[in-house]
Amino acid sequence: MGVPDMDELSFTDSQLHYYVKDALKSAIQGDCDFYNQLVAVMHRKERLSAADVALLVTCLKALTGAVSCIDISHHKSLLAAILRMSLWDYGTDVMDALTDALESLASSNGEHVNLCLEMLVSNFVPPSAYFEKHRGPSKKSEVLDRVHSTLIDIANVVPLSPMILEKLVRDKMPHVYVKEQPIVMYVESMLRLESGAMGELVGSMALIVLMDKLIELDVEIAWKDILEDDFQKDVFDFELEDLAGPADNFNQENKDYTREASMQRFCTGNHAEKLDSLMVLTFEHLQCCYETGRLVQVFEILLQSFRITVLTAYKSKFAQFVMFYACSLDPENCGKLFADALADIFVNGVHPEWRMSAVAYLASYLARAKFLPIPLIATMLERVVDWCSKYCKNRGSDINPKAHKVFYAGCQATMYVLCFRMKQMLALPRLKSQLKLMQIDDILGHPLKPLQVCLPSIVDEFLRQVKENRVCFLPERLADQDFLESEHSTVFGGIEKQGMFFPFDPILLANCDRYIRPNYVYWSMVRSSYDEEGTSDEDVADAYDREDGMSIPDEEESDADEFIPGFEKMSITPRDSSHRFGGRMPSKIRPSMSPESL
Amino acid sequence: MAGLEECEANLIVYLHPSKENCARDAILSELSTLLFTYNETVGGVVLAYDPSILSNLAKIVPGTFPCFGVQLKAKLLLFNPKPDMVLEGEVVKLTPNSIHAVVLGFSSAVIADDDIRDEFKYKIKGGEEVYVSRTHRKHKIKVGTIVRFSMKSFDEEILHISGSLLAPHIGGVRWLDKNLEEWSRADSTATKRNTGDRKLENYTLTTYETSVKSDEQIEKSKKKRRQHT
Repeated sequence: MGVPDMDELSFTDSQLHYYVKDALKSAIQGDCDFYNQLVAVMHRKERLSAADVALLVTCLKALTGAVSCIDISHHKSLLAAILRMSLWDYGTDVMDALTDALESLASSNGEHVNLCLEMLVSNFVPPSAYFEKHRGPSKKSEVLDRVHSTLIDIANVVPLSPMILEKLVRDKMPHVYVKEQPIVMYVESMLRLESGAMGELVGSMALIVLMDKLIELDVEIAWKDILEDDFQKDVFDFELEDLAGPADNFNQENKDYTREASMQRFCTGNHAEKLDSLMVLTFEHLQCCYETGRLVQVFEILLQSFRITVLTAYKSKFAQFVMFYACSLDPENCGKLFADALADIFVNGVHPEWRMSAVAYLASYLARAKFLPIPLIATMLERVVDWCSKYCKNRGSDINPKAHKVFYAGCQATMYVLCFRMKQMLALPRLKSQLKLMQIDDILGHPLKPLQVCLPSIVDEFLRQVKENRVCFLPERLADQDFLESEHSTVFGGIEKQGMFFPFDPILLANCDRYIRPNYVYWSMVRSSYDEEGTSDEDVADAYDREDGMSIPDEEESDADEFIPGFEKMSITPRDSSHRFGGRMPSKIRPSMSPESL
Repeated sequence: MAGLEECEANLIVYLHPSKENCARDAILSELSTLLFTYNETVGGVVLAYDPSILSNLAKIVPGTFPCFGVQLKAKLLLFNPKPDMVLEGEVVKLTPNSIHAVVLGFSSAVIADDDIRDEFKYKIKGGEEVYVSRTHRKHKIKVGTIVRFSMKSFDEEILHISGSLLAPHIGGVRWLDKNLEEWSRADSTATKRNTGDRKLENYTLTTYETSVKSDEQIEKSKKKRRQHT
């Protein structure tokens, strides 16, 4: 009987099954005619007619039944043809037949497992032509649903396949220079694995790889893109323009100077956009984890990754907001865990740069996290202050920014947190006395002279607030003391300017900002609590509770003048200290929407 | 079940100096990297370990960075199936051309249709896939039941077993355990004697004493074991 011609086939399924098996066995012997026809069928991709599709499906089904006859060395071209097929190129019939074939292949022989899993993981992302054709979202769910269910089915039959899958998913993660859509789709699938049936087995890898990728992108964004400004306005003013909507009530001529504009200008960079999308994806995933009650376990893995990757990265810009958002979802557990972990690293850590980094994170976190209860902030502050106190207790030595950098970092952190939270703490009598017992003035007045080493803008603001609140147990500014930049404060933090790291400064990624905003303390909130005359405790709380920060109202202009240098400096990471602080005053305070409750 | 062995190994675990404070945890962590992989040295897949540390003293070994080597004795549970051994596994998938089972919860076993004796027929009964024996209708192999099969080959890399149901007296365990006696009596005694002898010859459960001191010794002991089987 001659070799049947594929195009003229009119067999029953079982007959075809027999022929296919025969073809495979013959190919091993050297007779490859029918085998080659089979391979040719697998290669058909473009413009398939209904008959072509039917043929392809039937052949795949026949192969599914004959997998035990497939030999990895003799049937290389067939295997290659099947594994090269992409689910994205076909309709659901072929997709189903293909996934069944893959499952069957993986279950039949250990040698095939790796190849099949690799093929499925490559299908997380469509071929590049897909994006140009603008297919609908239904295609995406058709493919990915099948890919993920096949992975689970294979895991049921081959229990050790998740071990291989974990390694594959990690290795095939796209590079940062790949376009945005493929990376986002790949991460989507990774997070789907994390929350799926194999979550326990591959989930922690997925989260760690994700954090690593976020940091990789973060590092690609240069700091100079954020801080560089070529106009006269001080960059600190940006934060004062926190409005409810993105474009409400903007004064058109000043549009360029707003934070919104800076976001836009900044976000045109590729890496920033990718980072933005990935972080939003992560936020959504965290939200789902919270709703299904898994957030704490996920957070513990993120924290581990944070300790190893984010904390040790040089001045991470935005990736840390993943932790911020997770904490905002569950302040009691995650919020506290994060603060404790940072405090532990500062107090007990070994590596000085990482300790400084940890306390900078802690200070920025305690200052900016609206969702943290004030008593917790006070307790965390106490831990930092205790350490500083013990450090300088029996030390009589003189000022030395390099030798005592961890101590100075702790002092600066204390002052920074108090700049944001002093009023709130003083409003509660219990916390006021707790603050008093911390004996901060002893530390700040110590011969090591932290007030001369720490950033002048922070010291200035801190002392100004002490005076404003008439706090007797905190240091006073002496008449002739003027905390302009001293040689010591420039040295502080070394060449890398560790002393100028405020990790939770307002995020410049536009989409992420929407998620962070409701849980964030803007400087203007703090400032407005001072602007209002006769502020009661309720007003203080109100100022912080406002959804968005308030801009300076017009009528306050004359009073505000006196405070401007300090206020502005507190809002955001100051520019490089090659400019003198207290430089140009803003020529005008921009008006904006009227305040709600004034 | 055949293929499971216990052995005692003298091991040296090399630890990084940073693990000095939590040596026990580090040792357990090192030993856990052995799990579910085929280990040539001990000759099997390590399924479980039970270490007992011999002393608190460790030798510092110089190198790129100095490690310290902790000596310990460990009892290891090994899985080392040989061809024609009879194994059991839980059926996870049935297709017209194959039976898929999982052995000991980690090893995937497949029995291809060529290796399933003609006695068994694939059917779909009440929406459920099942292999039914033509001669004994109650002898069924279903998803979720235990199947007893003989091993053809074992892929050491992916720990994949290829099995066969050709020999008599293997199949669905539930039915076999109930009916084996009757079945054996019903069969001719000659056939029974032959297959029985063959089985006894090929495998026995043995306990090995493996001293792991140097690579050469390991090679020697492995060769010796191979000669015995």
